[in-house]
Amino acid sequence: MAKHLVGKINEIDRKGSRTVRIQDVDIALFKLSDEEVLAVENKCPHKGGALSEGMVCGKVVHCPLHDWKIDLYSGKAQEPDDGCVTTFAVEVDPVNGSIFITM
Amino acid sequence: MKKTKRKLVLVGNGMAGVRAIEHLIKLAPEAYEITIIGAEPHPNYNRIMLSSVLAGGASLKEIVINDWEWYKDNGIRLLAGHRVTQIDANRKRVVSDQGATVDYDELILATGSNPFMLPLPGADKEGVIAFRDIKDCETMVDTSKKYKKAVVIGGGLLGLEAARGLLHLGMDVSVVHINPYLMERQLDETAAKMLQKELEQQGMKFLLRKNSGAILGKKRVRALSFTDGTEAEADLIVMAVGIRPNVELAKSSGIEINRGIVVNDWLETSVERIYAVGECAEHRGIAYGLVAPLYEQGSVLAKKLAGLETTGYAGSVTSTKLKVSGVDVFSAGRYDEPEGSRSLRYQDEVDGVYKKIVIQNDKLIGAVLFGDTNDGAKLFSIIKSGESVVGREKELLLGMAVSGQSASPEARLKEMADEEIICGCNGVSKGTIADAVLAKGCMSVGEIKACTKASGSCGGCKPLVEGLLKLYAGDEAGVGVKEGICGCTPLGRDEIVAEIKRMRLKSIKEVMNVLEWRNSEGCSKCRPSLNYYLGMLFPEEYVDENESRITNERYHANIQKDGTYSVVPRIYGGVTSPAELKKIAEVAEKFDVPMVKFTGGQRLDLLGVKKEDLPKMWEELDMPSGHAYGKTLRTVKTCVGNTFCRFGTQDAIGMGIRLEKAFERLNTPAKVKLAVSGCPRNCAEATIKDFGVVAIDGGWELHVGGNGGVQVRATELLCVVKTEDEVVEWASAYLQYYRENAQWNERTSTWIERVGLEEIKNALEKPEDRLALVERIQKTLSLTTDPWKQIVENDHLRKNFEPLTEALTINS
Ligand code: SRM
Ligand SMILES: Cc1cc2nc3c(=O)[nH]c(=O)nc-3n(C[C@H](O)[C@H](O)[C@H](O)COP(=O)(O)OP(=O)(O)OC[C@H]3O[C@@H](n4cnc5c(N)ncnc54)[C@H](O)[C@@H]3O)c2cc1C
Ligand code: SF4
Ligand code: FES
Repeated sequence: MAKHLVGKINEIDRKGSRTVRIQDVDIALFKLSDEEVLAVENKCPHKGGALSEGMVCGKVVHCPLHDWKIDLYSGKAQEPDDGCVTTFAVEVDPVNGSIFITM
Repeated sequence: MKKTKRKLVLVGNGMAGVRAIEHLIKLAPEAYEITIIGAEPHPNYNRIMLSSVLAGGASLKEIVINDWEWYKDNGIRLLAGHRVTQIDANRKRVVSDQGATVDYDELILATGSNPFMLPLPGADKEGVIAFRDIKDCETMVDTSKKYKKAVVIGGGLLGLEAARGLLHLGMDVSVVHINPYLMERQLDETAAKMLQKELEQQGMKFLLRKNSGAILGKKRVRALSFTDGTEAEADLIVMAVGIRPNVELAKSSGIEINRGIVVNDWLETSVERIYAVGECAEHRGIAYGLVAPLYEQGSVLAKKLAGLETTGYAGSVTSTKLKVSGVDVFSAGRYDEPEGSRSLRYQDEVDGVYKKIVIQNDKLIGAVLFGDTNDGAKLFSIIKSGESVVGREKELLLGMAVSGQSASPEARLKEMADEEIICGCNGVSKGTIADAVLAKGCMSVGEIKACTKASGSCGGCKPLVEGLLKLYAGDEAGVGVKEGICGCTPLGRDEIVAEIKRMRLKSIKEVMNVLEWRNSEGCSKCRPSLNYYLGMLFPEEYVDENESRITNERYHANIQKDGTYSVVPRIYGGVTSPAELKKIAEVAEKFDVPMVKFTGGQRLDLLGVKKEDLPKMWEELDMPSGHAYGKTLRTVKTCVGNTFCRFGTQDAIGMGIRLEKAFERLNTPAKVKLAVSGCPRNCAEATIKDFGVVAIDGGWELHVGGNGGVQVRATELLCVVKTEDEVVEWASAYLQYYRENAQWNERTSTWIERVGLEEIKNALEKPEDRLALVERIQKTLSLTTDPWKQIVENDHLRKNFEPLTEALTINS
């Protein structure tokens, strides 16, 4: 396990997303409307769609390819679909806004 | 403590009985221990499809409704190949011819019918069969390999379908009928004559007004003789003269029978705990011979057995369709003009179309359609609804499509009863499809087909299945919750737009708060819709919410399956230049674009572009965006027109370019495609566009509501104008009216189907109305900017195309 500094909180728009690559894993970082930052593997459990490109609604992201809904906390696809993506622990420094991912 | 389950036994492994069981195990999965006893050695199959099997449209394997696994998976014990010979109602048990004894708490009889065999001398000879089950089908197929001549006795639905099948198998087929015309139980004489002509063209022969006398031959049939002394040669005789409810078992068990087993509205027989359903049952004096009513009975019985409230079965109005390829026949209700009724007819000898509707007390009570059966389902639903048809007679007769005020297809689907059969081939009801979408999550016609078999055979019902999919898809809110534009709100488009106007709501968030959205941040359907409605209503004040746009519009490119994007520069009217082509080529080379392709919209597509390259490529291209990704104007296709073409009557290219320049970047409810053709040969395919312009000598025809996509639809003529300015004026007014009235994601084709061309014509007819619309669209257009110019110049927007800078590992 290692902690990685990936960027600053103001580099991601609200209800937006950015990507980062750590140890050959593509990761999508999302900033929810309440400024919380969450990270999941950037690969939809359906057919590998880039989740970073999807629309963020509350705590779920809609995959841009076929509209599966992925819960960003649990990584689980929501009913009626079935599947799961890896989630990563995120910390945000409250003072300088640095974002860290542990993996 | 484990509750012991009650024992349910079904006699008859056919369509009606098993259907009731299917319902029951959905309603009360754990309530019964179920045993099904069936005389045929097959799992439950679709009897209706036997006709298709004969005619080569399906294999025996394909017509199985529930395979052996289904019984296992549902814990149902199946005794196939067992005929029940005795019911002991006192000890509550049944006995089969194979010696099985099964106890029951509840017993369902679904023994179907027996084909009626004419008691002719010689009817026991080899080669004399009925048309009822798989065995009969197999006999016909085998016989056709060795023999040539077939005679079908009976010119009704079943007989004609058998005859058609035998023709397909290569036999020489004659149909013997006692009446002067065919299908007299469904058709009147005119329609029957047209049908006969059609079938004769397919090779069928007819012997009408013939009374069969005897079957001749030694061991095997050789000929059929008639009471008038004539004969017809035959190696095979198929009797299709009618069916008799199979009541033997019930009768010998002391259950009350008449023609069929007598049942009340709850399908109860005269003996306690014994029910009857299907063709063997007689309800209010009627024993039905079609699946739709039997399925209705089955669902009532299932509810009853599941202990649910039900108002009972009240009988059915039936409709029939002849399943013979190349012949369209539909009949429903009272086609026979009972006393006190009047009928209206339409006949077109040239196209072979005949229609008749029968009206009594202002209500539609019957219909016969031949040649054009498109309105069958609609007429049938009007018959069943019992609504008044005063003033609509002509519309009903001549086809609903001609009238603007007819109910939309969606509305018609919505009104349909759950039990109504959508897929006749596979006997799939509306309710089953609803269930597949809502409960099983089917999200495409393919999935619905896999799940229910609907549209799996002839595919004729596919538009209906699609319609239902549209109706139900996305309904995650569950049954009983009214669904509006999506599962987040019960409000529909018009209600929402009215509220936004009334309260002058100014942001998506405000709309959701004030209108009490169930899902505080909405979903991928309502967010883009609201974003569109707000922008349309308040073009000057509303700030577009980029995060509420779908992916393609957010990144101004089409996302592809591997996460790359495409670049489509605008090429006005499909006209380019060597310099422009060179520039595109250079950029493609520089960025290693994997594919350069001509699109179907007369321009170039650079495909497989990495997201981070998008802004750089657009910067170098320095061309306007082609908006190949948005709910906006896409392309304006043109043909060469009078610039070069020998037939051209006007400058189609110039007109096209002018339109494309006028409307590029316009936000619309759904994508909008235009085309301009230089003459009625229409090389730009203008008549399948949202707005199509066809030049004629001295003017321009304006066509609207076309679509070349999923549901192809030809345009309807809006009007004819004289000058190019008028074309732009009408296009502007039309597009603005569409912008202001259509639902988000509704193409003009669906919109026009919904509201009717008349409404649009009325709205655009007066010059002052048109001008007001033109003014509004111009206001909106004056506020648009090229998205890529903006992105290229704005770091805040541009950053979203790049990954975050290399991650820095802090500790381990
Ligand atoms: C590039 C192009 C195919 C080609 O190589 O020729 C294309 C590509 C796509 N079409 Fe198309 N359509 C293209 C011409 C058409 C045409 C023909 C035309 O416009 O003349 C049609 C039928 C005409 C019509 O729309 O009335 C067409 C009917 C569709 C439909 C069905 C629309 C409908 O209302 O039924 C969709 C799906 C949708 O929009 O929801 C679609 C959707 C798509 C999308 C955007 C799928 C998507 O949402 O991501 C495809 C993007 C592929 C990609 O990876 O970049 N495409 N598409 C054509 C671009 C034309 C252009 O220059 O802009
Ligand atoms: C060729 C053909 C085409 C048709 N086309 C259409 C159509 O287009 N549209 C339409 O609506 N309808 C059509 N029908 C009619 C439709 O198939 C029937 O209405 C329907 O199958 C009746 O269902 P059921 O369950 O009552 O009887 P069945 O499906 O006949 O089932 C009864 C079953 O019970 C079994 N059985 C009988 N007695 C016993 C016993 N004592 N013990 C155990 N098992 C027993 C029988 O072997 C049979 O398998 C067609 C029928 C045929 C033959
Ligand atoms: S038809 Fe259109 S949507 Fe379908 S694969 Fe081709 S480009 Fe894609
Ligand atoms: S790849 Fe994500 S929904 Fe299909």
